[in-house]
Amino acid sequence: MEGRYWRDLWKYRELLGFLAWRDVKVRYQQTVLGAGWAIVQPLTSVVVFWFVFGRVAKMPSGGQSYFIVVMVGQLAWQLFANTLSNTSGSLVASSQLVSKVYFPRLVVPLSSVLVALVDFLFVFGIYVIAAVWTKTMPGFHALLLPVFIALALVLAIGAGLWLCALTVRFRDFRILVPFLLQIGVFATPVGYRTDYLNRFKEILAINPMTGVIDAFRWSLLGDSEAFSWNSFIPSLCWAAVLLSTGIWYFRKTEKTFADDI
Amino acid sequence: MSDFSIKVEGLSKLYRISHLSGQRTVRDAVHHGARLVWRRLRWNTKPTREEFWALRDVNFELKAGEVVGIIGRNGAGKSTLLKVLSRITEPTKGRITLRGRIASLLEVGTGFHPELTGRDNIYLNGAIHGLSRAEITRKFDQIVEFAEVSRFLDTPVKRYSSGMYVRLAFAVAAHLEPDILIVDEVLAVGDSAFQRKCLGKIREVSTEEGRTVLFVSHNLASVRQLCSRAILLEQGRVAFDGPTAEALAAYTKPKETKAEYKHVGGDGAARITHLRLLGEGGAIPVFPIFGTIRIEIELEAKPEAGGLECFILIYGDDGECVAASFQADSGAKSEPGAGTRVISVEFKNPFAPGMYMVSAGIFDAYRQFHDWVEFAETFEVLPGFSDGKAFDQRLGRISLDAEWMP
Repeated sequence: MEGRYWRDLWKYRELLGFLAWRDVKVRYQQTVLGAGWAIVQPLTSVVVFWFVFGRVAKMPSGGQSYFIVVMVGQLAWQLFANTLSNTSGSLVASSQLVSKVYFPRLVVPLSSVLVALVDFLFVFGIYVIAAVWTKTMPGFHALLLPVFIALALVLAIGAGLWLCALTVRFRDFRILVPFLLQIGVFATPVGYRTDYLNRFKEILAINPMTGVIDAFRWSLLGDSEAFSWNSFIPSLCWAAVLLSTGIWYFRKTEKTFADDI
Repeated sequence: MSDFSIKVEGLSKLYRISHLSGQRTVRDAVHHGARLVWRRLRWNTKPTREEFWALRDVNFELKAGEVVGIIGRNGAGKSTLLKVLSRITEPTKGRITLRGRIASLLEVGTGFHPELTGRDNIYLNGAIHGLSRAEITRKFDQIVEFAEVSRFLDTPVKRYSSGMYVRLAFAVAAHLEPDILIVDEVLAVGDSAFQRKCLGKIREVSTEEGRTVLFVSHNLASVRQLCSRAILLEQGRVAFDGPTAEALAAYTKPKETKAEYKHVGGDGAARITHLRLLGEGGAIPVFPIFGTIRIEIELEAKPEAGGLECFILIYGDDGECVAASFQADSGAKSEPGAGTRVISVEFKNPFAPGMYMVSAGIFDAYRQFHDWVEFAETFEVLPGFSDGKAFDQRLGRISLDAEWMP
């Protein structure tokens, strides 16, 4: 049974792409700015954080341009937050499909990950421009960036699988997820660096995204940055736990999605 | 080894009522849990969850190339059976063995996105049913031709007429080339010319291409036309499995045992024991537009019931109440008195073609409920007028018995 499920998932890989393509295509229809929204939103957040933390609060930038510090933080956070909110709402948004057609249900949340990746490409484009503009060129550490992107994705997918399966049963999570992300952006070092926080550093390291953002900065802010194992190890543990239990819970409950949704 | 393509053994599906209604939020779940604890504390041992077997020990085997109809009243388990067979939901007990690829068309246009064009939707829909891009491209022209939408391929389907929408949806499903095709009630929509075309396609798929078809419909005429064999479901059980003519006869035979009605309200001083719709067509009576519908309410009143007043409510197949009639509307009073009696109502059918459900109830003299049975009977309105004129598609849920003055 298990083997057949994963084979089916492979068979339906094209559906994965089709659903993602549909969502991307439909999203900006009948909007004036179109895909411009994918740039305006993250850019605004970066500017706000740069102003509040860099200019008003005058947080230390570690010898870097404060703008690029925030930009890299936003790059990682946006990927995580979009993936998480897309996956957690995905099943309920496709309830009509789920209750009328068979396909491996994992296709739905996974396709929404692809949509988040498309958004990530836009934000990455802004990052490249910002890096050139602030003359903050990454060194060979940047080669490890795909690993950290994967880590952010695994964290978001693991939590997202839990949340989307729970949302089928309890619609509360639809309200809870945006709320959590709203708070999460401050509980995560998106707008500030962790190296200069002595007292809160250890507490912040519990947050799985702290490790990812530290790693992103290590990778992209030039080779003089120090690698923060203190936050990276907890991130890895979170990723392993969330992904394995997420898949387990999703597989356990998906048999009755059609009845509950 | 037999050459079956579907084998169903001891299939059962249990629904808990709490799944069907309520408990959508954590608060509800907590509330429910607290109530359970409270009941336990009060030594109340009544079952706290209502259970409902939608399917009970269903067994059958379908040979490759067979076209089998599934018939039964609303709530007999037809849709549940199809859902379990198409792997949308898991059975509680039993097993299903399928040989080959299965495609199910449980609802017209599932997965269509209104913002996407016809072309995009064909690809998307094919992918939803498990086809690869290459396979869809290969069949693309056939699908477009069958659906007759070539002029509108690059128009978003939200601008399609409902007829075009249905045609496109059926066309995709019909060209999936599955080994087993499951079709549920989709032909209820669309005009009659297209319905004939669909039936023809289903027949072609089975006889010429040797595929197995499982066909569910309320339209007994199309079941008779299409299927050599039919399975009659009653309350989740297989009541009959055999030649279509015999199955239809068993289905349309007047019930000897009175149906169990769902009494949703009332003090029970008077109870509806039987609701009859007098019309053509056996188990599901059919009426033309402006034909006379006669509903007989058989009831049993206790001495304390007093003066009675009956009412009927008519619901569309989407569950929305479309009409009501109270006995007092016509000024006809029923005298008090215990015992069994029949109160009848007659009206000229104003409803547009489709399926309808009837609820009926009894008030006392103060309009308090004695009884109320919900969705007790079903009837169908045919696409034609009582004077023989055909009905052409139009908007609106009722037909006006209007007089035009040229």
